[in-house]
Amino acid sequence: MIQASGLRKSYGSTVALDGVDLDVRQGEIFGVLGQSGAGKSTLLRCVNLLERPDQGTVTVAGQEMTALGERELRAARQRIGMIHQHFALLSSRTVAGNVAFPLEVMGVARSERAARVAELLDLVGIADKADAHPGQLSGGQKQRVGIARALAGNPSVLLADEATSALDPGTTASILALLKRLNTELGLTILLITHEMNVVKSVCDSVAIMTGGRIEESGPIRQLLTTPGSRLAAELFPLPAPARGDVTITFTGAAEEPVISQLVRKFDVDVNILGGALEEVAGGSVGRLRVSLDGAESATALTYLRERGLIVEVAA
Amino acid sequence: MTWQEMVPLLGQATWETVLMVVWSTLFTVLFGLPLGVALVGTSRDGLFPSRAANQLLSLIVNIGRSLPFIILMIAVIPFTRLLVGTTIGLYAAIVPLTIGAVPFFARLVEIALRGVSPDVVQAAHAMGVSRLSIVTKVLLPEARAALVAGVTVTVITLVSYSAMAGVIGAGGLGDLAIRYGYQRFETPLMIATCVVIIILVQLAQTLGDAFADRLAKR
Repeated sequence: MIQASGLRKSYGSTVALDGVDLDVRQGEIFGVLGQSGAGKSTLLRCVNLLERPDQGTVTVAGQEMTALGERELRAARQRIGMIHQHFALLSSRTVAGNVAFPLEVMGVARSERAARVAELLDLVGIADKADAHPGQLSGGQKQRVGIARALAGNPSVLLADEATSALDPGTTASILALLKRLNTELGLTILLITHEMNVVKSVCDSVAIMTGGRIEESGPIRQLLTTPGSRLAAELFPLPAPARGDVTITFTGAAEEPVISQLVRKFDVDVNILGGALEEVAGGSVGRLRVSLDGAESATALTYLRERGLIVEVAA
Repeated sequence: MTWQEMVPLLGQATWETVLMVVWSTLFTVLFGLPLGVALVGTSRDGLFPSRAANQLLSLIVNIGRSLPFIILMIAVIPFTRLLVGTTIGLYAAIVPLTIGAVPFFARLVEIALRGVSPDVVQAAHAMGVSRLSIVTKVLLPEARAALVAGVTVTVITLVSYSAMAGVIGAGGLGDLAIRYGYQRFETPLMIATCVVIIILVQLAQTLGDAFADRLAKR
């Protein structure tokens, strides 16, 4: 749905994007995770050409954005929704007026506008606030208005620029739930950028981790977590740095088999559990366990674990 | 001078001042608003960036702002004659008043528009809004409370300018104060004139504030 290739962008001597490729599939929620200054905001703004990349191409829904003239670009942007960290609502208009704004710009007739606005406000759950002004709303309500406004043009893609970073944890959860629902019900493809692992954990199907203008690793979350040496896994499960010989076991799905006790019973090993965690990620659970093995049959025991379908990493 | 003699004089002069201020405010907004929009629009991070245009506009505005009004007023006399046909009276005074206030108001418009959050402008770009529509549908409506405050300040400045215009025979309260208060030592009339001017300014400020407040609250 969104393809970017070879994106480069610098501001003076500061390199914001240093050769970035991105592939967001239709119907997925794709998260770009990184600290501030990693270039993720620039990347997002390159998708709808709010920033023009110095090099590289961006294609959204089959249309090459980087090849469009100003007028065509405006038309293309009307089909890409965007929501913002600080909501960016017009304070001079009511909630309904804010949602009607993009429709006005698109030239939708007044009579149709009212019906569409009511429908959108209902969809995001703030139909009762239609005549309120943004100043009278809470942060969560403001973001709902922002989402309704972004959906006005029936976009196939929604760009979310740190959309929950200005919200408290409870409100963040409700906005993320709304995004997930829109993703499922409308088949909306969502590209979001965030510095919060929690956001990625709760709604994303795929993720790209960005540092210093580059993507370090990217792909479906479940797949990344079961890839040895994954940055995502290390950040999601902040276990202490392993000592030489320590074993990290990653498992997905429910932990139904008592593998550790089987291990001790079957082989001549002692198992010492150093740390572990279980997380709900991308609609399933993923666990990580750090152990140290001691005994004559350690190597055989590890092979046994691998045969059970577990990801086993031994610290060098 | 008796009270009965003063009242009609004051009434007539107040009316002339009000007319001068209303007309010159209208013309000032008419020319100053686009000029202010152009100042912001042509700036480096504006909607229509142009270094050359921005520097030229800024220079013109600064020249207008640097001349004291009493000098500007006399300097534009030939232009006034060309435009109105006379240099004396109420309508002739509207020309220097407008020329004096336009650069001042343009800077206030510039400040008001710069107060609009860049986030909102960026959001409009992301929605595919044209640059002209961003000016008319985003910048100006979002800045309207600050713009109203700018008009209020301009009206008050124009009340003061219009009194100075009394020196070149513009009529109004300034003219009254000079002819009777200064040249004929009619101190009570001088004081009365001052009181009326103070009342006018108070009235303008109160009305302007109330209007700006209503816009800001919404």
